Amino acid sequence: MNKIAEIFATLDYGPAPEGAEQANAWLDAHDRKFGHFINGAWTKPGKTFASDNPATGKKLADITDGTAADVDKAVKAARAAFKSWSALSGFERGKFLYAIARLVQKHARLFAVLETMDNGKPIRESRDADIPLVARHFYHHAGWAQHLERSFPDHVPYGVCGQIIPWNFPLLMLAWKIAPALAAGNTVVLKPAEFTSLTALLFAEICEKAGLPKGVVNIVTGEGDTGAAIVNHPDVDKIAFTGSTEVGKIIRAAAAGSGKGLSLELGGKSPYIVFDDADLDSAVEGLVDAIWFNQGQVCCAGSRLLVQESIEERFIAKVKARMAKLRVGDPLDKAIDIGALVAPVQVARIRDLMKRGIAEGAVVYEPDGDLPAAGCFLKPALVTNVSPANSLVEEEIFGPVLVAMSFRTPEEAVALANNTRYGLAATIWSENINLALDIAPKLKAGVVWVNGTNQFDAAVGFGGYKESGFGREGGREGMASYLKPAWEKSLKSADAVLGKSKAKALSGPHGEPVEPRGRANPLDSASIDQTAKMYIGGKQARPDSGYSRPVHAPRWHAGRRSRRRQPQRHP
Amino acid sequence: MALRIVDQPTGKPAPKAQPAPDAPHQRNPGFPLDLDWVGRVRMNRSALERRAGSIGARRSVKKEWQAAWLLKAITLMDLTTLNSDDTAGRVERLCAKARHPLRSDIVAGLGVEDLNIRPAAVCVYHSFVGTAVKALEGTNIPVAAVSTAFPHGLASLDTKLREIEASVADGAKEIDIVIERHMVLNGDWQALYDQIRAFRQACGDAHIKTILGTGELATLNNVAKASLVCMLAGADFIKTSTGKEKVNANLPTSLAMIRMIRWFHEETGIEIGYKPAGGIASAKLATDYLALMKEELGTHWLQPHLFRFGASSLLTDIERQLEHGLTGHYAADYRMPMV
Repeated sequence: MNKIAEIFATLDYGPAPEGAEQANAWLDAHDRKFGHFINGAWTKPGKTFASDNPATGKKLADITDGTAADVDKAVKAARAAFKSWSALSGFERGKFLYAIARLVQKHARLFAVLETMDNGKPIRESRDADIPLVARHFYHHAGWAQHLERSFPDHVPYGVCGQIIPWNFPLLMLAWKIAPALAAGNTVVLKPAEFTSLTALLFAEICEKAGLPKGVVNIVTGEGDTGAAIVNHPDVDKIAFTGSTEVGKIIRAAAAGSGKGLSLELGGKSPYIVFDDADLDSAVEGLVDAIWFNQGQVCCAGSRLLVQESIEERFIAKVKARMAKLRVGDPLDKAIDIGALVAPVQVARIRDLMKRGIAEGAVVYEPDGDLPAAGCFLKPALVTNVSPANSLVEEEIFGPVLVAMSFRTPEEAVALANNTRYGLAATIWSENINLALDIAPKLKAGVVWVNGTNQFDAAVGFGGYKESGFGREGGREGMASYLKPAWEKSLKSADAVLGKSKAKALSGPHGEPVEPRGRANPLDSASIDQTAKMYIGGKQARPDSGYSRPVHAPRWHAGRRSRRRQPQRHP
Repeated sequence: MALRIVDQPTGKPAPKAQPAPDAPHQRNPGFPLDLDWVGRVRMNRSALERRAGSIGARRSVKKEWQAAWLLKAITLMDLTTLNSDDTAGRVERLCAKARHPLRSDIVAGLGVEDLNIRPAAVCVYHSFVGTAVKALEGTNIPVAAVSTAFPHGLASLDTKLREIEASVADGAKEIDIVIERHMVLNGDWQALYDQIRAFRQACGDAHIKTILGTGELATLNNVAKASLVCMLAGADFIKTSTGKEKVNANLPTSLAMIRMIRWFHEETGIEIGYKPAGGIASAKLATDYLALMKEELGTHWLQPHLFRFGASSLLTDIERQLEHGLTGHYAADYRMPMV
């Protein structure tokens, strides 16, 4: 039978691939081998590692593994560029940001295809979400650059910002970091995640084309050690990190007492609350956006479904029916909902977690259908029969896995929602505005969406509570993270306050700071006591319980220092 | 998958019966008005708009698939002329196009002569039912008539019932009725139910499509509730618009209506048809509608007894698109025989 007649009977979708010619041509133009982008020029590739396409397993390019010397070179370039860059008027800096935004839009499809090849996310998402938001962030912060003097009087940029970004939204996270930093007048040394460096390198070329002054943006590729070199570099003034809570803790410990500014965007296990008066079909569709966006590799993924018990069975049935319609496969296909996970190590990690959860009693539902034979694919999964004590409920899975629990009252919904060490995002579905507005502020999360989910904009601050990190990206509060009050510049470092010798006495055998408990003189305070007076329960209550000691750095765990190939994730 | 409905509407009529996939279509017998069910309808406009807005980007068909889908769209079309200046000659021209919806060279180029591509029906005013029936003789293409004081519906019940009977007597196999919008805006569901019930009886064996005039119902909750009441009263199809409202068929409204069709099917086992009408003029929009139906209701619903486009200029755009698939060039519309 004629092929068209066959399809006429089945009405299948068929392949709808996006062409990869331009992206391949760009890679070929670089001989599929990249150095760093430092001081406006490309370095010769050094020791390299491979960057693979997770959907096919094939190598895309070789990426240079940055050394401490590379980082030092980049920081020096950024330092040299800082003086003139920060001296430019906001209007002048804004012009560069506009130029970058325009160039991103001009090459939007190339960026989208390259992102999909490198990361595995569906082309629909990189094309319709990631890249448009990247352009939006640069446009938005071009505006901020011009408004700084009025909006932030007596504020100054930090100086050199060391930025370390994750692999789940490679270019978007780059934009979230670089756009506000540049608008404020900082210069940047950025390390993309080792799995997904390509769009950052393409972005470096965009900076060249935009005529951005040398050294303002430096891209150093590499793995965990390269990131550590940035964090520990003495001439970096601020560190911005997006990734796993585990690595975030290490960075915070390393930065403590160094005087460096710090913002962290870490993990999440965000609740998705559905009340019985919600538009259930729409809530199901929202859930698709919440947990099956970007294969679930989203910091703020609505990964914990909390559904009112009276509608639980009906709602779960609807979720299962919807899951059966999700198409998993070639991320370059325009009609694919779920693409490839970023790397085999992630697939293995999620499978292990699932096994653990099942052993603890979880029931896992996956729709029928086949996965592509090769590549890092997982089916969407729904986990039921779990309680907060199950590993799958406690831990951030960072994959297409939804855990579902029920609640009976609004109070219980809030209690379950907040029963997590994270606090990044939350979603509420209800057609009752009173209920929604009552519950929203009770949720300990950086962002709460009502009757929608995963809504982002450059004008809206994004960030976490608790172990999801601190600092915001986007909006006024995002700008504030890259500025500090001018008076802070005159503050002295711990070394200066304590004297070199005392500061040294607080160091371990390798110069690392150590917990001074028991060794330091409790009276060894360098300044007039300024502890806030608190009045609790009608009486003054000091925060120190009557014992005080100087604190210069947190306890240091030497064993947790180096983590190669530790996937860094967006929270 | 067998779904057990936890909170079934009280006083719900027939138990759910899932017909076999190839079972003959069971016509909607109508059910008692269940106001409790109507009261539990919830439609969140912004969420529906988001879903509807993304369907065109989430699903696309290319090459042979696109051709097959567009051919399917033709077979799901009520080729329509509903103008105040319609004449017998204009209606005859429309019917001639219905007999030959595609240029012969395009049909041959695609190699689909055997599919015998024809629109699902021709839709005209009552005055031209006889003309259309005669012009379509021997084709099996049914004639649909818009009755009941189209497009406003604001005539006496008796007048409207007589109009239906007259259209059926003239040979109309399908009757597109319009509801009185004030009944929805005032929440007078009993009156709406009673009137549709009466229309349904007057239609007899002719299938009844209820036009909601969604552009004048103000909210998607109203659209969904009106859809439900019409289905309970025995509608075979629910249809968006007359084509005369300021806002006609669009995807968010369609989503609200087809989700009510889905719910109705879950509860009763009865399959109701859906007909968006007005403003659907491009081939891409037509495939978006097909994709939305396929995603929300399943491929099964893409059959003439369960889905129709109310359109006329859409056919020309599909023809141009198909020729583009064959030649790589877009033809001007004057190269396609006029609808």
